[in-house]
Amino acid sequence: MRGPGRWAVLAALAVLAVVMLFPFALVALNAVKSPADYSTQGPLALPDGLYLQGLVDFWNRVGFGGKLWNSFVISGSVAVLAVVLSVLNAYALGIGRVKGRLSILVLFLVANTLPQEALAYPLYYLAKAVGLYDTQLAVIIVMTVIQAAFGTYLLSAVLGQFPKEILEAAAIDGAGRLRALWQIVVPISRPTLNVLLIFFFIWTWNEFFLPLVFLISNDTQTVPVALAVLQGEKYMDATMSSASALLGIVPAVAFFLIFQRTLTRGVTVGAIK
Amino acid sequence: MRVRTRGYWLYLVPSLVLFVAVIVVPFLMNVGASFTRWSGVGTPRWIGFDNYARLLEDERFWQSFQHNVGLIVAMAVVPTAIGLVLAAALFDYIGKRFGPRTASALRAAYYLPQVLPVAVAGVVWGWLLHPSYGAVNEMLGLDLDWLGDPDLALATVMAVMVWFQLGYPVVIFMAGLQRVDPAYYEAAEIDGASWFRRFWHITIPQIRPEIFVVLLTCTIAALKVFGPIFVLTRGGPGNATMVPSYFSYLNFFQKSNVGYGSAIATVLALIIIVVTFLFLRVQEREQ
Repeated sequence: MRGPGRWAVLAALAVLAVVMLFPFALVALNAVKSPADYSTQGPLALPDGLYLQGLVDFWNRVGFGGKLWNSFVISGSVAVLAVVLSVLNAYALGIGRVKGRLSILVLFLVANTLPQEALAYPLYYLAKAVGLYDTQLAVIIVMTVIQAAFGTYLLSAVLGQFPKEILEAAAIDGAGRLRALWQIVVPISRPTLNVLLIFFFIWTWNEFFLPLVFLISNDTQTVPVALAVLQGEKYMDATMSSASALLGIVPAVAFFLIFQRTLTRGVTVGAIK
Repeated sequence: MRVRTRGYWLYLVPSLVLFVAVIVVPFLMNVGASFTRWSGVGTPRWIGFDNYARLLEDERFWQSFQHNVGLIVAMAVVPTAIGLVLAAALFDYIGKRFGPRTASALRAAYYLPQVLPVAVAGVVWGWLLHPSYGAVNEMLGLDLDWLGDPDLALATVMAVMVWFQLGYPVVIFMAGLQRVDPAYYEAAEIDGASWFRRFWHITIPQIRPEIFVVLLTCTIAALKVFGPIFVLTRGGPGNATMVPSYFSYLNFFQKSNVGYGSAIATVLALIIIVVTFLFLRVQEREQ
């Protein structure tokens, strides 16, 4: 296939790319279309003009700024706390090689793959008992443990390869264990920790089940939960729905573009999740 | 110099405390609740294995697992198969004839749905598939109730999940192909091996570990699937798209059958634990 054949292959793959991207284009197109325009021209026509009122109305009605902030606070806290816990665990397991490390690692991995349905009701019950139900703190604590379980599994393997000579030199210089962790292990592992931080942030941002169970009031909800429970509201007509879809898409695609380079390098790391 | 290992235990303490409180205790409570009849308030009543006996006879429970099989096909099998062809085509054909930039642009296009929160992907498709104003009917000139017709709903959800999932295997497989020695491909090309023969005899055997990882992680994801069902169909119409995770959620939070919901969640957890161990075993053997 030297001649026109190769263009046929390219065309086929490009058509598939268009199909994959078409829903995004349609959402963007119709989110800026007026309801009158939508009902006369339908979803496939180009909009008559730029109509932003649908987006503005939806934003104000659901307090979307607040949802973004909630998602940001939860995902950011979980990412930082889960990286801290992962580092502490991996320090003990990967470098300290404590006894029973293999069983501990397997336990952590199982915890991460466990369906959240098998934890949800007791967590809901316990959160109510201690007054944490419908608070972001509850989601932050639970998600931190689940993400850190995965982070520990991954980071222990990475720190298992950590050059021992450096640590021994530090010990001879009289550096304690905590100082060795803070001043040597953490700075040297910074690239891996950054990848973990970004993954934890995005995974938590995308999380749906536990936030749905825990966050029932308007003030605490995250973006995905708010968009999902608003489906089927009376005011969600065609253009309003596409506006809501667009507001869900934009932050996710923005993260992808911002973190793309780190992510494509790290996506094979995430493969075991 | 021997580094003492005893003091390292201290670093595990914060996680172990949280782990017991957030994972171990709730999981055991869930297993315990599965042996009771309990509405969520008052005292649970011990009923032994009654919930499990009831599960075995509950048609909805069996249907929900059948639907899971369909979702494994849509989220693991089909994306892996198509992903293999796409990754090989991008790596071994497009990349060589049109340059790596073209290949990575196409890869990014296939991957984009994966960056969405799965609930948001559901919102997007709920709108596209709407029976009265949706774009899909308009485009195909049809008048179908994609998610509301019991004969169509599961197939529609499966198609949405293929769209959502496809980019993941493409990216993983292309990363895997990076570490294949290019000499294999060059030798095959000199021998005049067709693209398909190279695909079958070089690409697939060389990235077997990646294929395995993708199949298993996607299978686990398919067993757990909740968000798309919640957003698109709520398990309906009837039980046409009911899955175990949503079925347990329904029993927990809408029907107040906490004991029964716990039994469903426990069975699902056991299946996933078995799949995870299978995964670990084979991964160990591969290394």
